[in-house]
Amino acid sequence: MTAAEESPLLRVTDLTTHFRTDRGLMRAVDGVSFTLERGRTLGVVGESGSGKTVLSRSVMGLLPRGDVVRGGTVQYAGEDISALDEDGLRRLWGREIAMVFQDPMTSLNPVVRIGRQITEHLRLHTGASRADARAKAAALLKSVGIPEPERRLREYPHQLSGGMRQRVMIAVALATGPRLLLADEPTTALDVTVQAQILDLLRAQQRQRDMAMILVTHDLGVVAGRTDEVAVMYAGRVVERAPTRTLFTNMRMPYTEALVRSIPRIADPGHTRLAAIPGRPPDMTRPPAGCRFAPRCAYARDKCRAEQPPLRESGEPGHTFACWYPVGTPEGAAALERNRKEAS
Amino acid sequence: MSETIVLTKDVPAAAAAPDDAAAPRRRLGPVFWVAAGWLALIVLAAALADLLPLSRPGDLGDAMPGAGPSAGHLLGTDDLGRDLLSRVIYGARVSLIVGFASIAVGLAVGGVLGLLAGYFRGWVDAVITAAANVLLAFPALVLGLAVVTFLGPSLPHVTLAISLLAIGPLTLMVRGATLMFSEREFVLASRLVGARTHRTVLREVLPNVVPSALSLGLVSVANAMVAEGGLSFLGLSVRPPDPTWGNMIAEGSAVLERTPAVALWPAVAMFLTVLSLNYVGDRLRGRFDVKEGAL
Repeated sequence: MTAAEESPLLRVTDLTTHFRTDRGLMRAVDGVSFTLERGRTLGVVGESGSGKTVLSRSVMGLLPRGDVVRGGTVQYAGEDISALDEDGLRRLWGREIAMVFQDPMTSLNPVVRIGRQITEHLRLHTGASRADARAKAAALLKSVGIPEPERRLREYPHQLSGGMRQRVMIAVALATGPRLLLADEPTTALDVTVQAQILDLLRAQQRQRDMAMILVTHDLGVVAGRTDEVAVMYAGRVVERAPTRTLFTNMRMPYTEALVRSIPRIADPGHTRLAAIPGRPPDMTRPPAGCRFAPRCAYARDKCRAEQPPLRESGEPGHTFACWYPVGTPEGAAALERNRKEAS
Repeated sequence: MSETIVLTKDVPAAAAAPDDAAAPRRRLGPVFWVAAGWLALIVLAAALADLLPLSRPGDLGDAMPGAGPSAGHLLGTDDLGRDLLSRVIYGARVSLIVGFASIAVGLAVGGVLGLLAGYFRGWVDAVITAAANVLLAFPALVLGLAVVTFLGPSLPHVTLAISLLAIGPLTLMVRGATLMFSEREFVLASRLVGARTHRTVLREVLPNVVPSALSLGLVSVANAMVAEGGLSFLGLSVRPPDPTWGNMIAEGSAVLERTPAVALWPAVAMFLTVLSLNYVGDRLRGRFDVKEGAL
């Protein structure tokens, strides 16, 4: 048990998830490593198709059916869980690791009352009596900000709004006091006004329960101020990882810079052109030979197109990135300058 | 200028139209209740036949053979002087029992097979789907004939033969619905809170599949009754003198010129019952679809 206490809550080492498709091997997640300490929050950011959802499902041991090639290890509290079968994982699911999904419209069973969806889960894990489970479910709903929890318990999912349903999903996930919560785009399907409420709720619950959380999102604005660390994913790999503040103030990877630039700013004058990233993410059955972001990168030189940059330290604590010509360095500035000249 | 006026005039009408279109889909409508009422009447009459003031279906009595409707015989009598109303009602028992029992068996077997195929997929799905397709490939009446001829004509054997016919389509339908619901995140969510597979299938998937399975079941009951009528007409169901709608029509066809009523009344009863079942099943299915769409 002491070894388990000392090791980080989650240690992911060189995780790969490849799918065999008709067009060849699709490298959805391609060698991702990170650690997550107890009670900490990690944001995983990337655009659609960057592999962030497959990453969170691979960590859970939930791989889609079909031909999957997996590699690397996932250690939870010192135990390698990547080798477990579903029976072994079931011990962890719900009790230790829980998940909140993107779309609260489909993640609740439409023909089962809210109350049963929470209490069944509670009774399964704690062996509580029907009445106890019901009281606990009502308390849970109250804690996630649902008014009149007793009445809500008797209702069906379609009687609740999207935000309410996501609150219910969070209550279900929190019911058995997990130590790790994976939230996969938890607010993408919700109204903008509700998004902040749900994110703040997740953050509050995470702090209150001293629970670790992985927040997967395509929106850098979501992770700002709500996570301790951020990992930026591109084309199946982590391309930059840093404490959240460092990432926003001192980013090194041109992709991170491009992502930050593409956030519209309220202070910008009217009709400011949005700095979109040109091109599309690469076809992951045939990724580019060098840096995978090179085809879309303003800094990219021949070296980028030929050689894959390794993850390296920036010098600041906990900050790593994968780039030959990093943002904010003389080499980066020189590369950008030469590219501008060559273009004109 | 005139164009804008036309446009603004059109807006309220256009906005009102979707509401009008949506309203009848949500309501079951009067025809539904007439159909359901007819089914209730037939079921009640068949169940309570022994308590009704009717002569026994085999009773020759003292009535005129082939007589028209009268106070004592509301639908008249057949060629042997038996009361037609009594025979139609007792005949309904066979049709209803065979219809509902065979579909109940079909739903139970097809439901289990469909859930297994749709949830586990892979080779389980391949085997079950292939078997269901083989069952579907047989011409229905030929398969029914073969089974009843082999086992001998009796109520349980006819029920068995027709349930065999029903298993194929019901399996495929339940499989399709299961495939669809298994992809929903609530099924994944259930697995992720540590629920065992049988629990996930029975408590998450099954309740979602039941409404559409039941409404297809009702339509299938109609088909089963028609199939029973066919077998009965060929003398391969319950044998005369016990009445079934099929064997009454068979008897009536011999005397069609003299007393058309003998074949007419069971045919009318079957027609209305099958029509009602189809209509009720169809409306219920539409209603469940609406419920799903609103989610």
